[in-house]
Amino acid sequence: MAERLTKSATRNIFYGGSAFFFVVFVLLTAHTHYYMRTVSTDESTLSESVIRGKHVWERNSCINCHTLLGEGAYFAPELGNVWIRYGGRDDPQGARDALKAWMQSQPSGVEGRRQMPQFNLTDQELDDLVDFLEWTSRVKTQGWPPNNAG
Amino acid sequence: MRFATQRIAYWYFVCAMALFGVQILFGALAGTVYVIPNFLSEILPFNILRMIHTNALIVWLLLGFFGAAYYLIPEEAERDIESPMLAYAQLVILMVGALGAVGSYMLGIHGGREFLEQPLWVKIGIVVAALIFLYNVSLTVLRGRRTAVTNVLLLGLWGLAIFFLFAFYNPSNIAVDKLYWWYVVHLWVEGVWELIMASILAFLVIKMTGVDREVVEKWLYAIVGLALFSGLLGTGHHYYWIGAPGYWQWIGSVFSTLEVAPFFAMVLFAFSMAWKGRRDHPNKAAFLWTLGTPVMAFFGGGVWGFLHTLSFVNYYSHGTQVTAAHGHLAFFGAYVMLNLSMISYAMPNLRNRAPYNQVLNMWSFWIMTSAMAFMTFTLTFAGVVQVHLQRVMGMTYMEVQDQLALFYWMRLGSGIVVALSVLLFLYAMFGPAREQIPQRSRPSVAPAE
Repeated sequence: MAERLTKSATRNIFYGGSAFFFVVFVLLTAHTHYYMRTVSTDESTLSESVIRGKHVWERNSCINCHTLLGEGAYFAPELGNVWIRYGGRDDPQGARDALKAWMQSQPSGVEGRRQMPQFNLTDQELDDLVDFLEWTSRVKTQGWPPNNAG
Repeated sequence: MRFATQRIAYWYFVCAMALFGVQILFGALAGTVYVIPNFLSEILPFNILRMIHTNALIVWLLLGFFGAAYYLIPEEAERDIESPMLAYAQLVILMVGALGAVGSYMLGIHGGREFLEQPLWVKIGIVVAALIFLYNVSLTVLRGRRTAVTNVLLLGLWGLAIFFLFAFYNPSNIAVDKLYWWYVVHLWVEGVWELIMASILAFLVIKMTGVDREVVEKWLYAIVGLALFSGLLGTGHHYYWIGAPGYWQWIGSVFSTLEVAPFFAMVLFAFSMAWKGRRDHPNKAAFLWTLGTPVMAFFGGGVWGFLHTLSFVNYYSHGTQVTAAHGHLAFFGAYVMLNLSMISYAMPNLRNRAPYNQVLNMWSFWIMTSAMAFMTFTLTFAGVVQVHLQRVMGMTYMEVQDQLALFYWMRLGSGIVVALSVLLFLYAMFGPAREQIPQRSRPSVAPAE
């Protein structure tokens, strides 16, 4: 490295630059937080059942097989848009029934097919989870995923 | 070993390697489920296998970092660790937490945010252990000699503890949840962990090449500067599709492209120091790992990261096997190899022997690195096919997965080779220590420490 660049100069650049970028990052995070709560999600419909559904989602660690908005494990289908894939926009009751029936019928036991465990969710928990997935499907994600396959 | 308290590192390394074994075992099991889906499905479902695979990885890497800190801080600060008793207490807390977490996962008790599944009592244990650790090493450093290596290392370790606090914040709004979840995940592995990595590498380079400290430390500040200048705003590449504003596509694309720079700088640094310095350090195996670490980190973190980081590429590749490919090689190249470098370097000193079992260790280096590279290639191919069929052609997820079976078989094969090379490494480090240095490479002058 250039001789004129001393150790203390590189140190000062490191501390100063890092502090600058950290402040910028925090400011952008603050704006993003505000944007998420007011623009990209609909907090007016963030009901108790959606919140309970998020806990069902977490307690059963769905994320370690599925992805949600593309994040998670890559072992099972994307669920951020599962509500849309099941036709929930046109036929909410049909999608709800289909999703619940799917979860209740697992594991399929079919040889050579990935098995989803039976989580023994109550009817209430199933409804809450579906509410959570429905709410998540309405997050404005800049047009992702590219198609219904997720 | 110049200071008695460096011995603490030995037990950290032992525990780290035990959890390394757990990580690899569960990785192999999860890889098996990919090709034989009914395997274990009624007893230990995939989500639990993966949880243990990723959690064991994270905890053993942390134990490795702590062990490295306990080993190098006395030499840098030129004084013993403030309280060995606290250091051992910290290790006990972490191991009880780690084994408790694995046990409770198997019983189906866990949180549900990826990588942060630890039950609350384990999370609190981690914070208590981190506080003990920071108190212990900060005091040691403050009362001893201050060097750039310890400055950067401490900054990284403090950052690690502080950003972990976001693990306790779980908003009900899933988008906001994801926004701060990355404060732990991204700001760890693409932020403060890079500080820890660069400082440990700098320590190893100083010790093994004998290059003047001034030169090394100047490089160190330049590298960690590049890491944070790019990595902080580089977090934006996780904010493209989770409900964040569109400007992140620009910021994330530009800054995360720059995230290649610190890794490239580490490669230049390690190799130029190796050429500049003495090349006769007796611990050839540690030196090999030390040179290999930045190279594989550059490919895994840098090249494979860049591969899918531009927003218009990521729009198609997000959340596919491409991500899995990057994740595997990045963690291996940057942090696994870093820890194995440090362990290879420190163990002979901790066991009071001349470097031993070097040929075995170097074999494990080449086998493990090749197998991880192969695993990455298979997952990358799987990912590219998946992107095309699913994201472009619109085939359903499960139909696409059926097309990828060949790649998953090859991934499992490479995973088993990794497991064998890990056993080789563990035997080389902890097995009987025979001297295997060829006569000609024995240094004629006293080696660096």
